[in-house]
Amino acid sequence: MSDQDFLITVDGMKVRAKRGQTIISACDAAGVYIPRLCHHPDLKPAGHCRLCSCYIDGRRASACTMPAAPGMVVVSNNEELNNDRRVVLDMLFVEGNHFCPTCEKSGDCELQALAYRLGITAPSLTYQWPKREIDASHPDVFIDRNTCVLCSRCIRASRDVDGKSIFGFSGRGLGMRLNIDSETKLSDTSFAAIDKAAKVCPVGCIVIKRTGYRTPIGRRHFDKAPIGTDIEACEVGDPE
Amino acid sequence: MSEASVESKTRKIVIDPVTRVEGHGKVTIHLDDSGQVQQARFHVVEFRGFERFIQGRPYWEVPVIVQRLCGICPVSHHLAAAKAMDKIAGVDAVSPTADKLRRLMHYGQLLQSNALHIFHLASPDLLFGFGAPVEQRNIVSVLEHFPEIGKWAIFIRRFGQEVIKATGGKKIHPTSAVPGGVNQNLSIADRDALRKDIGQILSWCLLALDRLKRVVAEREAEHKEFAYFESNFLSLVRADGVMDLYDGLLRAIDADGNVIFDGVEPSSYQEQIIEEARPWSFMKFPHIRSLGRERGWYRVGPLAQINCAASVDTPIAEAERRLFMKMGEGAPIQSTLSYHYARLICLIHSAEKIQQLLFDDDLQGADLVVTGHRRGVGVSCIEAPRGTLIHHYEVDENDQVTRANLIVSTTSNNEALNRAVSSVARKYLPGNEITDGLLNHIEVAIRAYDPCLSCATHALGRMPLIVSVEDAAGRLVQQRIKQ
Repeated sequence: MSDQDFLITVDGMKVRAKRGQTIISACDAAGVYIPRLCHHPDLKPAGHCRLCSCYIDGRRASACTMPAAPGMVVVSNNEELNNDRRVVLDMLFVEGNHFCPTCEKSGDCELQALAYRLGITAPSLTYQWPKREIDASHPDVFIDRNTCVLCSRCIRASRDVDGKSIFGFSGRGLGMRLNIDSETKLSDTSFAAIDKAAKVCPVGCIVIKRTGYRTPIGRRHFDKAPIGTDIEACEVGDPE
Repeated sequence: MSEASVESKTRKIVIDPVTRVEGHGKVTIHLDDSGQVQQARFHVVEFRGFERFIQGRPYWEVPVIVQRLCGICPVSHHLAAAKAMDKIAGVDAVSPTADKLRRLMHYGQLLQSNALHIFHLASPDLLFGFGAPVEQRNIVSVLEHFPEIGKWAIFIRRFGQEVIKATGGKKIHPTSAVPGGVNQNLSIADRDALRKDIGQILSWCLLALDRLKRVVAEREAEHKEFAYFESNFLSLVRADGVMDLYDGLLRAIDADGNVIFDGVEPSSYQEQIIEEARPWSFMKFPHIRSLGRERGWYRVGPLAQINCAASVDTPIAEAERRLFMKMGEGAPIQSTLSYHYARLICLIHSAEKIQQLLFDDDLQGADLVVTGHRRGVGVSCIEAPRGTLIHHYEVDENDQVTRANLIVSTTSNNEALNRAVSSVARKYLPGNEITDGLLNHIEVAIRAYDPCLSCATHALGRMPLIVSVEDAAGRLVQQRIKQ
């Protein structure tokens, strides 16, 4: 443990953190999984989805944006927080059009995997059946807004990693949608299948064309283990 | 079993429990002035609209979406769509590994679905008789009174499902066929597990055929005459005329066995077959274009598969085919209940094919997907358990489906189903009274062709069989609903 390192407590376990590190990053490094959807380790935090919301020193805050501080006490895995996460997931499912049985992202989808991890087998809220747009104009990338969860990963990746700012949000509330920096369609932009923004979508919204269903059932990412298992397997934090 | 209620001058009788037909249909029997059966219509009144809602979807998604038409024969739709999408992807021939893995999956599907059809759905009628009490005519009763047959039912079907799981990842709704090939080969562990059981499965299929032959021999006249009519037949065959249930060319023969057309590429099906819509059913009426609506209707399914093939390329099924065809004395076999006999020959053929493929090392190959230059149209045909299945898609330059046309087996058998029901009604409708005997016999006739109507209109749900009798003026005389 270097001079810059300090300890925080997460669900009763001591977790080592570095100065400037967010709680979720410190927990990932220590093998303690906090559910998340908008967070991606290669992107700047955004705090959009609220799934990582925890009690931090007794107050609710998102673990993906809150920097760790010495002696912090974090509660993530309790029934109240997990119930709230289920409600957020429920809303995401019914506010979009998610057809898991036929979606090419099934088995690799973080939304689906989180639902399974938190024990959601079917939404409890009423389906909204919104009308969402598809953009198939690009030769290599397909955008299906039916499954967009407005996580902003593509927006941040395009802006901060690819340096293109292809994507953005328009509208507010239920009318909010993923927008493209173009008069008409994706093919009019400089977007490319090798862009970071094409690889970070947690759901089946931005997919590479003609590659769907190439991984057999049983070998897809979340067929092997529930979401979070990779993190949990890396280094389990010390029990207090 | 039935509840009667009086509504004005007509009677409405509701019958429970659910019968062994899946889907949603009704039968209307029209009487002439003298009270005789003039015509019977078999209506399928559901609608699901798969052809419409896949429009706009990317073409590689289609094999996974359209198989949701059915939980009994999803593999047939999955493979038919994948074969059509091969064409869209510009691939005329997939790799040997992909071809054989798909074939293995298809024969697994034929095995499990034909087993379900003959054992779970049809065998109660055949074993207990058409007039047996309804509480006896079900698979539970078969297990109780004929435990050996019940065992065949469960284990043959299960084996077929295991083949599908080994080749597609899941027993129902697999995803392994992708445009241009497959996403996996057959693992050594799965191959060895299937090899261990296939011999036993094949021997049970043979025993099942022997048992059916005894049933047929005991009630020969009934089996021959029940819902009898003559028709044309359509099936896929290999270029040399040998049976091929996975891929091939379209052949149609007339009631005497003369060829109507032969060697027709699936992509040219519209030159030979035309579909007609009629206002009283969501199910279309396909017929052979050159013969017209009145004479051009045809039958598909196991009976057509056997009648159209010059031979079968597996030894036991070929020997049984020869015996079967002797009954026709050189002409196609026509009786409705012969479908079950033919179905068991196809069951044996599928088991033999699976046995052959399990010893083919190509199934462990690594060349899984082939690519080509994109095309705009893809058409494919496959012989599904109930018969010829045609998938036709058009895809735009953005890879989105713009048009789809599916002609499923039950649709092709639509006119035949109407003829079968008419034949039964003429014989078993005593006066204007809808009796249990009539209902039972109508169901037996429908079940010989197809126990499920869902994919015919791409429909979902239970099938209460509604039988109505209308007089010459079109007034409802009586109606019974069998849930």
